Amino acid sequence: MQQRTTLSYDGSWVGLLTAIFEVYEYKFDAASIQQMAQADQGDLFGARHEVHTDHAKAERVKKGVINRVGKKDFQELYAAYLSELQGVEDLILRLVRNYLAPDGVGLSQNYGHEDVLRIKQINKSVSRERHRFKAFVRFRKLSDELFFAKIDPDFNILPLIIPHFRDRYADQSWVIYDIKRDYGAYYNQSEVVEIHLSDLPSEREIMERGEDKEALYDELWRRYFRSTNITERKNTKLHLQHVPKRYWKYLNEKFDL
Amino acid sequence: MADDRIKEKLEILADAAKYDVSCSSSGSDRKNKKGGLGNTGAGICHTYTEDGRCVSLLKILLTNHCIFDCAYCVSRRSNDIKRAAFTVQEVVDLTINFYRRNYIEGLFLSSGIFKNADYTMERLVLIAKKLRQEHNFNGYIHLKTIPGASDDLLNEAGLYADRLSVNLEIPTETGLKLLAPEKNRKDMDVPMDYLKNQIIRTKEEKKIFRSTPKFAPAGQSTQMIIGASGESDMHIMKTADHYYTEYNLKRVYYSGYIPISNDKRLPGLGSDVPVIRENRLYQSDWLLRFYGFKRDEIVNERHPNLDLDIDPKLGWALRNLDQFPVDINRAPYESIVRVPGIGVTSAKKIVAARRFGALRMEHLQKIGISANKVRYFISCQGFVPLMSDRPAEMIKHYILAASHTKYKKVFNQQLTLF
Repeated sequence: MQQRTTLSYDGSWVGLLTAIFEVYEYKFDAASIQQMAQADQGDLFGARHEVHTDHAKAERVKKGVINRVGKKDFQELYAAYLSELQGVEDLILRLVRNYLAPDGVGLSQNYGHEDVLRIKQINKSVSRERHRFKAFVRFRKLSDELFFAKIDPDFNILPLIIPHFRDRYADQSWVIYDIKRDYGAYYNQSEVVEIHLSDLPSEREIMERGEDKEALYDELWRRYFRSTNITERKNTKLHLQHVPKRYWKYLNEKFDL
Repeated sequence: MADDRIKEKLEILADAAKYDVSCSSSGSDRKNKKGGLGNTGAGICHTYTEDGRCVSLLKILLTNHCIFDCAYCVSRRSNDIKRAAFTVQEVVDLTINFYRRNYIEGLFLSSGIFKNADYTMERLVLIAKKLRQEHNFNGYIHLKTIPGASDDLLNEAGLYADRLSVNLEIPTETGLKLLAPEKNRKDMDVPMDYLKNQIIRTKEEKKIFRSTPKFAPAGQSTQMIIGASGESDMHIMKTADHYYTEYNLKRVYYSGYIPISNDKRLPGLGSDVPVIRENRLYQSDWLLRFYGFKRDEIVNERHPNLDLDIDPKLGWALRNLDQFPVDINRAPYESIVRVPGIGVTSAKKIVAARRFGALRMEHLQKIGISANKVRYFISCQGFVPLMSDRPAEMIKHYILAASHTKYKKVFNQQLTLF
């Protein structure tokens, strides 16, 4: 039996692509990729290999995959990485190897293939949440003209929704902050930068820093939400299916009036 | 004080607008220009009401004062309710402030008719114009077209709005005469015809001059109230078909009648909203628009009404068992998409995946197709259909016994009435 090598990377996407490159570079036949933070759970008898993130190597993997299966399927690998699911690195590695194999062209359309099907399923989940957060972000306007929103998504979808908000709210400054992963995107009306807030304002502080009319529009929205409902058609099951409870904490229309 | 009044107005005028069903915001492709505010095309539902309907647009009436007295309408002249009217600036401010907080995709503005058609339409247009020109707003705007408004106003409306719609109200002319004697179908056809021609003309001009301004890029839609005037599903679908083909409508919406008065001409207060029937009509609408079905395959003189207990595609399949089984590995896409239990997405996946090898039942299940329905209608590698020699009634019975319809509860309530 071949010795199994565990590659540990820094957790970044470029780092993961570098790791995949090095699987080829060092000809690790049986390989597994893990984030450094989790690498101690590796195979007790296997070899270890530490990956140093390298943009040039990552770029070559990216090009190779896009050449084989196209941009869309490469993007699917990225979205799967953002899912942060246990073992997703190994799934991505297996798929890249399959795509780069001699018969890999067009393989991404083979819905009968177990790994292909799995990546489609993960993408569906990630994509669903990406779409949900285009909808569920609720900005509060602070007195300094900054629109501020907190999110708490299951997957790391912030990078996927930034382009949407940048295009749409080109003329206002905004922050979308992922409280679970403790980082945010700040748009200053020309570019988006990554930020880390040392202490995150609480809901109350945000309301207090709110612009004069903030409380009014907040209440108007909640009243609108109530008035546009048709009680004769009440359908709680459908409501919950579309707006699962775990998202309620930042949806002001779900707060009591 | 002023704040309290705007809260009250919003409640009254949102409540009165909630019977308009369209909330679509995806059919347009307006980009954010010159670093302004907003864009369209994402089709986002920002939240859902407790009845499960999508909230995408700020849907309000400009006013619920109305000179008409249509029996099915909550804002009818003779109804004793609170009346209110927004100013132009109030609607503009609400739209911009809701939009900036990511509450909505845009504005759906309708109105009761006060004074006359032109007076009302002029104000609707003015709001859209202010949003576009003074606030550089590129979000979605849906304006109601008021029958009887002048061509100039309709033209201006098309320049600022993404979508325009005239409500047909009642599917049949006789029903309309009975419930809304002051209205007639012709008045509705005139603006639709004008807009249709303008939309076509703009498209032609755009081929020559790329700078031709957009004209209602998300097209026209309409809606009909169903279950208020005793019409059959065949009547409804005939009317829908007519407007789809004659007026190039993007969508025909159905609104199950919600009892709002004790008028003798209408179903009484407390009668059920025909939610299932509404759903079956939408399913049929989809079959016509995306599945290649013809209307008379779904409803015809022999089957003027859709089945309530099964979906229209299954209904068609059970009436046409001679067209089955469909061989998943050989049949063309057009036949596969007609199999009950296989949708457009699954059909496309099947056609893509079978190039890599013959598909078996377990592959179909992994793709996401439930065996309950399809197993009576398909054959594939290692699988022959069940009960292919049995009568349709029996197959229907087995399918229903094995499925959990989301309407079961609603159904039981309705059945206990008899």
